Amino acid sequence: MLKKNRLTSMLLAQAVALAVLPAAVSAAELDIRITNLTHGNHFTPLLVAAHAEGQHLFQVGEPASSSLQAMAEGGDLTGLNTDLAGLSADIVSNPAAGLLPPGQSTQFSLNTADSNTRLSVVAMMLPTNDGFVGLDAIAIPSEPGTYSWTLNAYDAGTEANNEVINGAGAPGALGIPADPLGKGGMNASGVTDMEVNDRVHIHPGVVGDSDPTGGISDLDSRVHRWLNPVARIVVTVN
Amino acid sequence: MNRYDLSKILPLSALVAALALAGCSSDNEEMERRSFRIDLVNLTANQPMSPPVALADDGSAWWSDGSAASEALEHLAESGDASGLINGEDGAVQAGGLLLPGMTASLTVATDDAQPMLSLATMLVNTNDAFSGLTAEDLSDLQPGEQRVLWLPARDAGTEANSESAASIPGPAGGGEGYNADRDDVTGMVTLHPGVVGVEAGASDSALDASHRFDNPVLRVTISAL
Repeated sequence: MLKKNRLTSMLLAQAVALAVLPAAVSAAELDIRITNLTHGNHFTPLLVAAHAEGQHLFQVGEPASSSLQAMAEGGDLTGLNTDLAGLSADIVSNPAAGLLPPGQSTQFSLNTADSNTRLSVVAMMLPTNDGFVGLDAIAIPSEPGTYSWTLNAYDAGTEANNEVINGAGAPGALGIPADPLGKGGMNASGVTDMEVNDRVHIHPGVVGDSDPTGGISDLDSRVHRWLNPVARIVVTVN
Repeated sequence: MNRYDLSKILPLSALVAALALAGCSSDNEEMERRSFRIDLVNLTANQPMSPPVALADDGSAWWSDGSAASEALEHLAESGDASGLINGEDGAVQAGGLLLPGMTASLTVATDDAQPMLSLATMLVNTNDAFSGLTAEDLSDLQPGEQRVLWLPARDAGTEANSESAASIPGPAGGGEGYNADRDDVTGMVTLHPGVVGVEAGASDSALDASHRFDNPVLRVTISAL
């Protein structure tokens, strides 16, 4: 199955390359595979962007932009897509055509312009309040070859990690939109109503509990926790 | 220190250990026989690891992230029984006992394959189905005298729910059942492990405590080409 997928992707990549070849000179033709390594967390639609040095979707130790907040709290990529269009970035938005479940991979191609030498990735992790998987502006290797990075889970610092699943995904609305795994609880009192660090930081992890109908958390401590890393990205530079 | 009931964790390991280096021969000059020493350090606080097993061969993978575990891997991850993973493989080697927290085990693997691919695995025995190791690691570029150091995470075989109940944990913290053919995990595939919760963190029916928690990496592997 693995080989077949790779072959399909190679054929697709060739087809795309042929189609765009006369139009522009590309700095790099990338085949990218992203794997959700977690045991019980879905990723919302991924945003993968090649952009110029000095640009960032997020930075640790800095406050999240409102566009990043919308992604981290509700999986909404609208703002980040608009921001990146203004930066002439090369983007692949939602390569998995929806959620990327635990253990699953998505594979796609990205052709980059000369000036777009950095690669970034974000997606919200569900179920969390404002947790996201992120890769911040790594240098895209210029030598042809296959390269791999592991990605950590970040906290956008924009919402208290109360761990209450109540459908809230809009910025400023406290709560977790959903648990796509269907293992979430209800009627939790909430772990906390404070976000103590309002800058982007490594996510402290979720607490959870063992009570599906109450307790402090609607997350299941034996299902929804994770350890870093939470994703792997493999980039083939052609 | 706790006494470890080996019969629950490694029913077949004694048989397997005898396979080490069987049939080694250097008089066939067309075969380039290569050897690698593998030093493994258990980095966890309180997770004894089942006797690590290693094999360098032509590269068939023991698992793949995102795919369902084989029955052989399920045995390893739920009970520490590696016999299925190395079934019939002359070059397989296994440590003589548990790799306890903080301790080091050394194995030497030899292979005639032109492109030696290393697989190794061990169970974190105070869990339902956590294991660590690597699979199909290409050693062909590692020249004699060189070393490669890998810091490995804990994986979840995806074959057993992480109930943390005493009845389902074969290690000393539980003393319960090892392998069970049922597959009742939330995601029935190999992923990284989410960690264990333990009784202090609110899992009141857990057989585990704070000392059994772990973070990545859990295993350091140093491969030395001989």
